[in-house]
Amino acid sequence: MVSTAFPVFTHHSGIVVPLDRANVDTDQIIPKQFLKSIKRTGFGENLFDSWRYLDEGTIGKSNRLVNREFVLNDPKFKEASILLARRNFGCGSSREHAVWAILQHGIRCVLAPSYADIFYNNSFNNGLLPIVLEESLIDRLFIEAMQPSPMTLEVDLAQQTISSSGGITATFDIDSTRKHRLMTGMDNIALTLEHQALIEEFEITHRLRMPWLFSD
Amino acid sequence: MGCKTSVLKADPQTIYDKIWSCHLVGTRSDGLDLLYIDRHLLHEVTSPQAFEGLKLAQRQPWRRASNLATVDHAIPTTDRSNGVSGIQDSIAREQVITLDQNCREFQIEYFDLLDARQGIVHVVGPEQGATLPGMTIVCGDSHTSTHGAFGALAHGIGTSEVEHVLATQCLVQQKSKNFMIEISGDLGPGVYAKDLILALIRLIGTAGATGHTIEYTGKAIYDLSIEGRMTVCNMSIEGGARAGLIGIDDKLIEYLEARPFAPKGTLWNEAVDYWFTLNTDDAACYDQHRVLDVSQLSPQVSWGTNPEMVVDIDATIPAPTDFSDANNAEIAERSLSYMGLTPGMAVNEIQLDKVFIGSCTNSRIEDLREASKVVKGRKVASHLKGAYIVPGSGLVKRQAEQEGLDEVFKNAGFEWREPGCSMCLAMNDDRLYPGERCASTSNRNFEGRQGHQGRTHLVSPATAAASAIRGTLTDVRELL
Repeated sequence: MVSTAFPVFTHHSGIVVPLDRANVDTDQIIPKQFLKSIKRTGFGENLFDSWRYLDEGTIGKSNRLVNREFVLNDPKFKEASILLARRNFGCGSSREHAVWAILQHGIRCVLAPSYADIFYNNSFNNGLLPIVLEESLIDRLFIEAMQPSPMTLEVDLAQQTISSSGGITATFDIDSTRKHRLMTGMDNIALTLEHQALIEEFEITHRLRMPWLFSD
Repeated sequence: MGCKTSVLKADPQTIYDKIWSCHLVGTRSDGLDLLYIDRHLLHEVTSPQAFEGLKLAQRQPWRRASNLATVDHAIPTTDRSNGVSGIQDSIAREQVITLDQNCREFQIEYFDLLDARQGIVHVVGPEQGATLPGMTIVCGDSHTSTHGAFGALAHGIGTSEVEHVLATQCLVQQKSKNFMIEISGDLGPGVYAKDLILALIRLIGTAGATGHTIEYTGKAIYDLSIEGRMTVCNMSIEGGARAGLIGIDDKLIEYLEARPFAPKGTLWNEAVDYWFTLNTDDAACYDQHRVLDVSQLSPQVSWGTNPEMVVDIDATIPAPTDFSDANNAEIAERSLSYMGLTPGMAVNEIQLDKVFIGSCTNSRIEDLREASKVVKGRKVASHLKGAYIVPGSGLVKRQAEQEGLDEVFKNAGFEWREPGCSMCLAMNDDRLYPGERCASTSNRNFEGRQGHQGRTHLVSPATAAASAIRGTLTDVRELL
């Protein structure tokens, strides 16, 4: 039996916070100074640190100068658990801390027209659902999410559907193995180690074919 | 197993297809492919949580000898005579100590802070011959694409994947598409590999190669030195590609021969014969193909807050209205405001506060040689608050000192530092302060990358050197 690596994702309903910027890079999601931590936790309060606060953040700093202009600080999005974003979300550095920061802030799902590859991959290793939707649909969601009363969205991963409080409904595509992974929260390493014999067998052949790769 | 199947196939293959199929272990029960990893590079920032996971699950590294670790990201580049205990930042020090302990506990080869071979992981691997053609290479760092210059399949991974590779020697992966980028023409004087790759990202955009592995080809690529090829492959990720690679030629073999980790004797000959079979077959198919002619290329400079926002050194700062759609115009406007620039300003009149020559993109011996040629006999502009040379490794530093380059830089007023990532990402004290403007040979001009509210202009080492002398962004061709 394989253990669960993260909380499973099957169905989620929550308020959507709209982040209306393209090419949001992982340096913005979690700035470099927080990467000195050797832990996997404690990144949530520094999500988008340079945008959320007016002063420069450091690990553990309190009494921050809050940037009231930034959307995440709008009281109506305080409880938001879904992030609506623009194209090429998560580009740049491979830091998985970006995904940890998003999850630890309470976001379970991101909606965007496209993602950078490494960020997209990292999401599935932590139980964050990155949904890809057509740009035109994302535009419509932005219009609804920026109305005076916040938009709530229901995400059903099993059915691959979303439906908003304002009546927008859509289906989304997702690779079936990745979907399965989120829905079961399986330990990826344990899953690979089920094939231990296969890896060992490959390694013997590989060593014979390219002996120069093996100094051991 | 994967390799035999593919050899039987009549279809011509790209170098990427070949390396992929020769490392395909099999398909997992959930349908995902397992790719065998030959080389795993580690550093202090993205590994601690992976080692912790390994310990919690009571797992051991699958193949210790495939791992090589060093410290680079968060360490100071100033005096190191007190070793790890001399690191003033207690949180960074703990991170370095954690890597020391993990490498000792798991018996992983490690170039620590005081080792002459320590340096930026993407400089160290190639210079040691730990990066070889046909290898699969991963590291918890997006600039792992650098190693593609050796005809290796190399890409950046997240920390969960670092743990996965340590435990299983495999990466769970989906095959990407093939993107051929052909660079034609000859680079003119004062124009380098860095200008070439900046021009390319300007052309394809920061997401232009998402989902693809790039193969760089064409005369201009094979004319580059191995260092220049590393500069090009390094920034593949800035165009969205997790990996970018270049085929194998004699120049590459010559570079690798006799390096410490490279095979010796008959094994070397056997390896070389094999490596040449990896090159892309004639008539292999690519999913995308772009051509860039660099014969008329000027030195390139980034003006905005992502690496596709690039102009010629002799151009002017663009206006939001120059961009075709409203979205891009809005992005440009925001970038101009962050950068404190006005449309129509001449690029070469923009005044600087700092100059940084270093990073995994441009800190190798050739980069320092090119910069020193410009600097020799001149002085850094007096108004600059700092001009830093940060060699990529202890061995690069030593080589440069043997050639007297350190004296050239120091005499001109540059600071000559110890190796590390330094001001590329400013995890240590090498940084910009709010509003400061820097000509930098690094790879990312994102907001705050080089320090909170700092402003970065990405350039080649020669352009950075010329800009340090004049104190403004400068067309290096005027100083050659």
